[in-house]
Amino acid sequence: MSVNKEKYKKLADKRAVKSPIVKNCVKAFLTGGFICLVGQLLSTLYTSLGIDADTVKMLIPVTLIFVTALLTGFGLFDKIAKHAGAGTLVPITGFANAVIAPAIDNKAEGLVLGLGAKIFIIAGPVILYGTFASALYGAVLWIVSLFG
Amino acid sequence: MIKFKNPPSILGYASVGGKEEYEGPLGAGLDFHDSENRFSEKTWEKSEASMQRIALNLAISGCKGEKPELKYIFAGDLINQCTSSSYGLVDFEVPYIGLFGACSTCAEGLALASLFVDSGYADCTAAVTSSHFCSAERQFRFPLEYGGQRPPTAQRTVTAAGAFLLSDRPGKIRVHDVCFGITNDGGITDANNMGAAMAPAAVDTLMRYFDETSTAPDDYDRIFTGDLGFEGWSLVKELSKEQGRAFGENYDDCGLLVYNRELRDMHAGGSGCGCSAMTLAAYILPKMEKGELKNVLFVGTGALMSPTSVQQGESIPGVAHLVHLVADDRR
Repeated sequence: MSVNKEKYKKLADKRAVKSPIVKNCVKAFLTGGFICLVGQLLSTLYTSLGIDADTVKMLIPVTLIFVTALLTGFGLFDKIAKHAGAGTLVPITGFANAVIAPAIDNKAEGLVLGLGAKIFIIAGPVILYGTFASALYGAVLWIVSLFG
Repeated sequence: MIKFKNPPSILGYASVGGKEEYEGPLGAGLDFHDSENRFSEKTWEKSEASMQRIALNLAISGCKGEKPELKYIFAGDLINQCTSSSYGLVDFEVPYIGLFGACSTCAEGLALASLFVDSGYADCTAAVTSSHFCSAERQFRFPLEYGGQRPPTAQRTVTAAGAFLLSDRPGKIRVHDVCFGITNDGGITDANNMGAAMAPAAVDTLMRYFDETSTAPDDYDRIFTGDLGFEGWSLVKELSKEQGRAFGENYDDCGLLVYNRELRDMHAGGSGCGCSAMTLAAYILPKMEKGELKNVLFVGTGALMSPTSVQQGESIPGVAHLVHLVADDRR
């Protein structure tokens, strides 16, 4: 039996159950918003403890990364993220999980070739293209400043 | 299609599963399970190997009468270079034939093991296969603790192993004939929709089989495909209608039987070599033994991709091997 690939792909796409986009968006909005709220509460807390503004800016992501690491280690983060989607992915929690998960997962292959080599297997592209984009932004800013 | 002159009997069989599988609808049929999915091993790869060893040991010890002497083992799994099979079965000291047929391995192994018995080259052979959610997830998708969402068409790799002993001794259930599949590329590139990638192969094998045997879908008590899940199952129904041989109520898919998709978040259903192997050992064969099913087509379906081929954007070819099982009271 030979199938017409284009026709079959259309049939399969039509048949495929779609992700519930509205529900996913609402969940992502609420969880993402909740994480931002936690960030704001942390900011208020640290400021009230008399910590200077620059250190507070550093302490908030450090706290969120620490909590993500704990939740990932206890195997809870993926259970939350399954529902939260972009809500946990977009804030720094998503990045932290993307580094910690492969670190835990690849331990069995050793500290160098396993954990060491594979720790950035998901976050690597973010680091590479993030650095590249900021360099590009700097160059554009410099060129604009020449004419400004 | 290969029709056997001396149809081999299924002398023994066993299935081993993990937590989700034990708690699923077919859990009661498992011979052994570990709710931690570890099977006393430190790595998931070794856990899977351990499942194969346990399954084959249970299949051998469960045989009635004189203990059979295995002549050949046919085994395969999903992990790179099929290490779950080779590491898991190394202690048996029996000639070992490693297979890769992705999730069709159960049917592929059964067919080849049957051929060796039918031809008289061996009086007892084994077909063994497994898949483990954790080892498959690591190899094909993301680290286990990575937080991501899966589309509704994705399937969950079943943590299970199945072992089957084929013999020339008399037995109630026999492998009557087999039909090996032709690889079939439907042009699907989405690794999260493997059911759609495998459905054309399943229909192709079944249609060729019906043509060659001059039979129709209704001539069989049940027809099972391996692990097409909801998407693949509904596509098979549609394609079979187009081919003029629509499947009725007697058509089922192991990927839909193995989990309760409503209760648990299993998306399109189960997949993996263990999916069809567990369903066969924990559900189909016990039903045949009780006489509830007599004439069954078991079609193992495999999506023949690798993580590399998917990343390179290649479409996923499917393959489907058919095993015709008959329960006979006369023997």
